[in-house]
Amino acid sequence: MQEGAPDPGLYDYQAYRDRPKLQWPGGKTCAVWVAPNLEYYEIDPPIGPHRKPWPKAHPDVVGYSYRDHSNRVSHWRMADVMSRHGFPGSVSLSVALCDHHPEVVADGVDRGWEFFSHGIYNTRYSYGMSEEQERAIIEDSIETVERATGQRIRGWLAPALTHTPRTLDLLAQYDFHYTCDLYHDDQVQEVKVAPKTGNAQLASIPYSLEVNDHYGFNVYGMSGREYADCLIQQFDRLAEEGERTGSGTVMCIPLHAYLIGQPHRIGPFEEALRHIAADPRCWKARAGEIVDHWRAAQ
Amino acid sequence: MSLPEDYTRYPHRREGYDHQFYEWSNMHARAPVSWPGQKSVAVWFCVSLEWFPIVPEDKLFRAPGHMVTPYPDYRHYTVRDYGNRVGVWRMLDAFKAAGVTASFATNAAVAERYPELVEAVLADGHEIIAHSTDMNGTITSDLPEDEERELIADSLSRMETASGVKPQGWHSIARSQSWRTADILVEHGLVYTCDWVNDELPYRFKNGLINLPLNTELSDRMIVATQQHSAEGWAQMMRDSFNWLATEAKGTNYTQGGGRMLPIQLTPYIMGLPYRIGALEELLKDFANREEAWIATGGQIVAEWEKQ
Repeated sequence: MQEGAPDPGLYDYQAYRDRPKLQWPGGKTCAVWVAPNLEYYEIDPPIGPHRKPWPKAHPDVVGYSYRDHSNRVSHWRMADVMSRHGFPGSVSLSVALCDHHPEVVADGVDRGWEFFSHGIYNTRYSYGMSEEQERAIIEDSIETVERATGQRIRGWLAPALTHTPRTLDLLAQYDFHYTCDLYHDDQVQEVKVAPKTGNAQLASIPYSLEVNDHYGFNVYGMSGREYADCLIQQFDRLAEEGERTGSGTVMCIPLHAYLIGQPHRIGPFEEALRHIAADPRCWKARAGEIVDHWRAAQ
Repeated sequence: MSLPEDYTRYPHRREGYDHQFYEWSNMHARAPVSWPGQKSVAVWFCVSLEWFPIVPEDKLFRAPGHMVTPYPDYRHYTVRDYGNRVGVWRMLDAFKAAGVTASFATNAAVAERYPELVEAVLADGHEIIAHSTDMNGTITSDLPEDEERELIADSLSRMETASGVKPQGWHSIARSQSWRTADILVEHGLVYTCDWVNDELPYRFKNGLINLPLNTELSDRMIVATQQHSAEGWAQMMRDSFNWLATEAKGTNYTQGGGRMLPIQLTPYIMGLPYRIGALEELLKDFANREEAWIATGGQIVAEWEKQ
């Protein structure tokens, strides 16, 4: 990015009207990817100068144990609903989870899920990191996930959505293929990066804040049924637009098991997945497949 | 501002948790629990009986539901007290009509100030859980250890003096504990706490304390007061939960099944209002008639789990 400039220079403007044609495999019009956040929040993280990890003195019992519900109870509930309807996960992973609870990561591997990095912990923020520190968390992510899953990660969602001005350039240098941190579009877009070597490229894949279960429940206060309706409407619209314009769209369903896997929400969520899976316009894909298909068409 | 060098070092990164309170365990892989009468879903109603002094102390944090306006905040003082004078009596009638026993997480000050209320709770066979002194009696790690010990001891002794009850369970205000709370609770002979929301069945801490998770997401405070759903919307969510848990209890791809638990936290000044109480009454009748439901107090659920 252009550090300090009013326009950070992340991408070129491109009007939604008259976009280039893009067909997803099998003539599908909307690529749907599900992004479970498998996270680890530390109970007693260091307190940096930019953001306080917990509102209360440590241990913040509710904050910590609320997230821990994912790793004891709700991960399997959420994952099973996804598997039942044929949706693989593309995991936004606090990579230290590979160390703390390898069983959870192994379950994703067994289901054929893709992994990308969401930082080391969701309680360590990138703001203010030196280049050396930022390289350390990128290299740690690559090595840790490779050791735990055999996969070389290709994507990044910044830990707790915290960045530095050099994050995207570094990702391109380390041969990452996509970022989930930019919310400017409903289609895959080129990100302007400044690799120091080679011809590295970086794509922005639509993730979503608006249909993220965190926003649905903890920002907008929706019921599980309202959130499920929201997913259905989001899909129906994007599939219709992709069909009408011939320019395939992307829908992401970003999840946290401790939210969507609560007993009052998981049933309605399953109904939403059932609806989306049954639509012939839906391409159930992993993030990397979507980016590869788009890249090949450029 | 730059970060210290050790910001990318992780001394607690290892297998298992980054603390010593309890061990990791996947609920779905544990030996199945069975509830009395072959029921598959234990439904636990837990009512909060709270007294908010009109002078919040704000020593550590202000409890949820505490005063809002500058002093004197008649509005919130009286709205909260409405729960203890009126709302909770509607709930007691509703429990009795459905033949349901519940837990009441009770400030010691409520037992002292409103003895007829606590007598009625006990007369109907409900359980009292200790819930600090009053709504200024908060805990975090910033509370000095001797003061925390004194607060817990004071809550228990005042409760016993006022009501004759020695509670087995402890519920902190806002579920907020310190690094020391679990040990202090054990020192005082408490069997369980309901503050950690990471599970859906009881489990044991390394120090012997049992945690009976009282889900924040399913509370009327979260659903009705914070997320602003109607009482009917709340009841629908409780039914959706029950139905899911009853199905999960039979066994699925990810679990061999076994008893499940549905904790329903109620607040008299929220769910005890005239236009909301009907939804609770209907729900109680509905659940009391479900063949999968074992409606029990927290203490009963803990005792049953401990046996197994």
